[in-house]
Amino acid sequence: MSPRQWSRDLTMGARFAVTGGREGWVRMTLTAVGVGLGVALLLLCTAMPNVFTSRSKVEDARYANTYSQTVPPKADNTLLIADADTTWHDDDIQGRFVEPEGRRAPLPPGVDRFPGKGEMVVSPALKDLLDSDDAKLLRERLPYKITGTIGESGLIGSHELAYYAGASGLKLTDSSLVTRLAKFGKPDATPEKSDPVLLLMVLVVFVVLLTPVAVFIAAAVRFGGERRDRRLAALRLVGSDRGMTRRIAAGEALAGALLGLAVGTGFFLLGRQKLGTGELLGVSVWPSYLDPTPALAALVAVAVPVASVLVTLLAMRGVVVEPLGVVRAAKQSRRRLWWRLLPTLAGLAMLYPMIGQGHKNGNFNQYLVIGGVLMLLIGITALLPWVVEAVVVRLGKGPLSWQLAVRRLQLSSGTAARMVNGIAVAVAGAIALQMLFTGTQSQYTKNTGKDPSRVQMQVDFSGPKPLPGIEREFTGTKGVRAAVALARSQYGDARRNPENSNGLTVGNCAALRELATLPSCKDGDVFVTRTRSGYSDPSNASEIALVKPGRQLYIDPSYDGAERRLEVPWTVPANIREVNARKDSLQDYTSLLVTPAALPAKAAPAVFSDGVYLRLDPSVPDSREYIRNVVARIDPLAQTYSWSATQEDVKYTSIRTGLFVGSAFVLALIGASLLVSQLEQLRERRKLLSALVAFGTRRRTLTLSVLWQTALPVGLGLVLATTVGITLGSALLKMTRTPVAMDWASVLTMTGVGAAVVGVVTLLSLPPLLRMMRPEGLRTE
Amino acid sequence: MTTSPPGSLLTAQDLRKTYGHTHALDGAEFSIHPGEVVAVMGPSGSGKSTLLHCLAAILPPDSGSITYNGREVTTMSDAQRSALRRSEFGFVFQFGQLVPELTCVENVALPLRLNGTSRKEAERAALGWMERLEVDDLKGKRPGEVSGGQGQRVAVARALVTSPRVLFADEPTGALDSYNGERVMKLLTDAARSTNAAVVLVTHETRVAAYSDREIVVRDGKSRDMERAI
Amino acid sequence: MSIGHTLLGILESGPRHGYDLKRAFDEKFGHDRPLHYGQVYSTMSRLLKNGLVEVDGIEAGGGPERKRYAITDAGITDVEQWLATPQKPEEYLQSALYTKVVLALLTHRDAADILDTQRSEHLRSMRILTDRKRKGDLADQLICDHALFHLEADLRWLELTAARLDKLREAVAR
Repeated sequence: MSPRQWSRDLTMGARFAVTGGREGWVRMTLTAVGVGLGVALLLLCTAMPNVFTSRSKVEDARYANTYSQTVPPKADNTLLIADADTTWHDDDIQGRFVEPEGRRAPLPPGVDRFPGKGEMVVSPALKDLLDSDDAKLLRERLPYKITGTIGESGLIGSHELAYYAGASGLKLTDSSLVTRLAKFGKPDATPEKSDPVLLLMVLVVFVVLLTPVAVFIAAAVRFGGERRDRRLAALRLVGSDRGMTRRIAAGEALAGALLGLAVGTGFFLLGRQKLGTGELLGVSVWPSYLDPTPALAALVAVAVPVASVLVTLLAMRGVVVEPLGVVRAAKQSRRRLWWRLLPTLAGLAMLYPMIGQGHKNGNFNQYLVIGGVLMLLIGITALLPWVVEAVVVRLGKGPLSWQLAVRRLQLSSGTAARMVNGIAVAVAGAIALQMLFTGTQSQYTKNTGKDPSRVQMQVDFSGPKPLPGIEREFTGTKGVRAAVALARSQYGDARRNPENSNGLTVGNCAALRELATLPSCKDGDVFVTRTRSGYSDPSNASEIALVKPGRQLYIDPSYDGAERRLEVPWTVPANIREVNARKDSLQDYTSLLVTPAALPAKAAPAVFSDGVYLRLDPSVPDSREYIRNVVARIDPLAQTYSWSATQEDVKYTSIRTGLFVGSAFVLALIGASLLVSQLEQLRERRKLLSALVAFGTRRRTLTLSVLWQTALPVGLGLVLATTVGITLGSALLKMTRTPVAMDWASVLTMTGVGAAVVGVVTLLSLPPLLRMMRPEGLRTE
Repeated sequence: MTTSPPGSLLTAQDLRKTYGHTHALDGAEFSIHPGEVVAVMGPSGSGKSTLLHCLAAILPPDSGSITYNGREVTTMSDAQRSALRRSEFGFVFQFGQLVPELTCVENVALPLRLNGTSRKEAERAALGWMERLEVDDLKGKRPGEVSGGQGQRVAVARALVTSPRVLFADEPTGALDSYNGERVMKLLTDAARSTNAAVVLVTHETRVAAYSDREIVVRDGKSRDMERAI
Repeated sequence: MSIGHTLLGILESGPRHGYDLKRAFDEKFGHDRPLHYGQVYSTMSRLLKNGLVEVDGIEAGGGPERKRYAITDAGITDVEQWLATPQKPEEYLQSALYTKVVLALLTHRDAADILDTQRSEHLRSMRILTDRKRKGDLADQLICDHALFHLEADLRWLELTAARLDKLREAVAR
């Protein structure tokens, strides 16, 4: 076959596609929109690497290492900077105080002028937030005058909340969050070694999300297939041979795919703008980040049209177009099972050698992982038609609607299977991923050891600050039920270079009760715990021996080579009592618990705040915001934490988020394609439906039969998807050496979501169905 | 306005139906007695099919009245009209009425099953009618596997299986050659006569119309009863 | 229709008496116009003269109708030739009907009415033929169909004319 002949036939087909009159245009539009949606999603994926690198580039560029060991000396080109992050509801706000120390102090990326004291530059999103009516509390917390906005080069996304506030009098102290720098940026941007399991998850997420898209595109180029077959029969009538016919059909699909590519690019550009200005699950980017990686974009541009031709040629193999009509060859031969099992088996074979690798045994072979997962998922599309056929031939008896549906499926189970392929693949992938996530969740979730029912929020002040009675600042605050403040200091058995020294905790009785079980307590009491945490030997005998009543000790002793401390003498009172430390003590590094009156007044400057712990009133919605405002007033650099029992690994969480975002897209896409093919099928049968209604068929019967017709293959598809999903999930868990545990809840959820999509689609196709059942369908024009 | 002639089973008076700006029916009249075969003739687009659809309670007319067996059809609910079609009427169309995925005997049994007859019983009755229409040998075949004439006879069997009192046939031979057309018409009218069913036969072929007892002509949405005109 | 050739054709299946011939003819071909005995007699004597038939025997009682005729070889050849010769298509113009339609238009009468009435009349004949076809044997069906198709041809012309009435009206008015 000469290439010229090929191109001539393809061109002819393409011409048919665009000159098919109104009907042709409707079909073309459907195909183009369908392919376009898929292409847009693919392009979005090709842009993902760029998103990650762009975001981390900005993050690296504006990085200011406040934990740096070496700080440059003060100079004309240095800057003092302090972390002043805060949180507004669930959104994190990145905040920095900046204080230039000279005229050549480095500007943070995206900022063109330093804000003066009492001024700040903000990200556009933060500006909008501050301008909004419901951000009154945040405005109180950030009362600075806005003098400018941070540019794109300083933000990782259009919706990032960030500010730089001008400050003066920032002090470099060893424990504060203030640092001095001569330039911004991460000095040693060494790539982190990626966790092989996380990498595996990323790979699987991509494959799982992209395979349904591919299946969808394959289905989209076949939109309007039946009508096209009739047109091809007409072509055969005027003398085109089978090969030509196939190529002309492929040409039509090609035209649709090319148009779809254009439409998809349009969708992508629109979506890029939209995503660039919007926010999805708390993640926002700049449009410029969403530039597809050229090589991947080129791959999409080539693969989609080529795939459309191949899919059509493949699909046409089962269809013999004869001059007087279309014969489906598939009808004669029952589908064979053996080759349909091949992809699934191949997939398992590819995954098998990697079982047992994981954290300890090095990386997974990426190609085998991708290949294996892909094969397993593709295997569904091969198996599903066989399963549907094998099941429906055995069905029979039942009510009329059932009979109509079953007979229809028996005659064209392929079409039905094609319709649910996408959803089955998506659900199988999602189940496998859910299993992988739930299985490995414990590895990526740390137990914080904190009990959020006891304390809901903790405040840590910046630097060592003596803040006696600080808890009173919070007692009047809205939404606070109770506040306890802890303070700490040091004591030793000598003024200078003590042989024995320990920390001590200062707090009122209420505060100390959070640390130990006290039989009674009044101001002036002193306690020592019998046990100490954090040591291999929990017995606290040595410290108990040290704090014998009447013993002379020194608060805040000095050491050689360091600044002289206060060295306040303190006699251990006679009423010191041994108590039991609470298992859930708020802190576990001191054993000596002292009420404020038990310390000499001179020691007060050596007693530094060790945080305030707050119990909140759950009925006050903005309680945390009020607290943050109080804190910001006392110490803008203080940090507040909400207590939670567990903490997830950030990367793990972001992969999970990515999966949810992707799944939402894919399911919506597949739902749309289902709807289109459903409507097309209904349109094909309009005349028949009208005739059935004419001789008195109840609408209910027809509606039910349409429902059965969808529900049956969908049910089978979901069963198959669950099987494959569980198999794949188990294989993945085995690969990561995680015990295989069935998470039936998530399996049910995923199948439920799949079924719900189908339900919604069926519901949406009901109005057109009812309309088509109107007698006007009998009119013959 | 005339009253319905005595003894008539189905009558229509002053029917009007508009599609957009087209007056498909513009004051059409009709009446038929039990056992009578009436041909509805007229050029394409004259409103023949619309008249049939209105008479058969498929389409509601914009105005006018249709009485079947003394009951006003135009005021019936959709469910009532469906029930009427199911139990009292039978239909044969030019094409597109056999459900392609059901076998022939299942197709014929379909109306009975709609009425709630059990599958077995419905198919036995269906087979009886298929014998009368000489298509009983096709019972296991699907519509795609039988010829046009056979398919149309299957359709006639299906239309008659409920023993309808009125049989509506819209160009029943339109897609058939003369021989098969004649065969279908002979079997159809014979069967209808044997059950005393009335037949409303829309056709533009006079040879087919010759199987009727009388004809009415529809032109521009108006009907003309040729028997009374002469 | 050539009565001579028809009778010869009937004889080819075996010798027959005159009255047998008449009955066979009437049954198969003479639905509308039965043959007279005189016609049979005169035809047979012409065929006898030309050597296409011969007298096979005479029944007792005498009379021309008592003769038994048989076909000769020449007669068989003649029938064969006749069957092989194509019939000249009969073209006839619907002159009377055409005249009526044109006159109706000229006098501003409703030509469609005339056509409808004519169709009705045609249908009346066609119904009778159809009914006979329904009850008759194959030969009945064939002859009736022949007539039906001719009548249908008339009606098709009527339909076409009806569809063209507007144009015809213009042409006539000019």
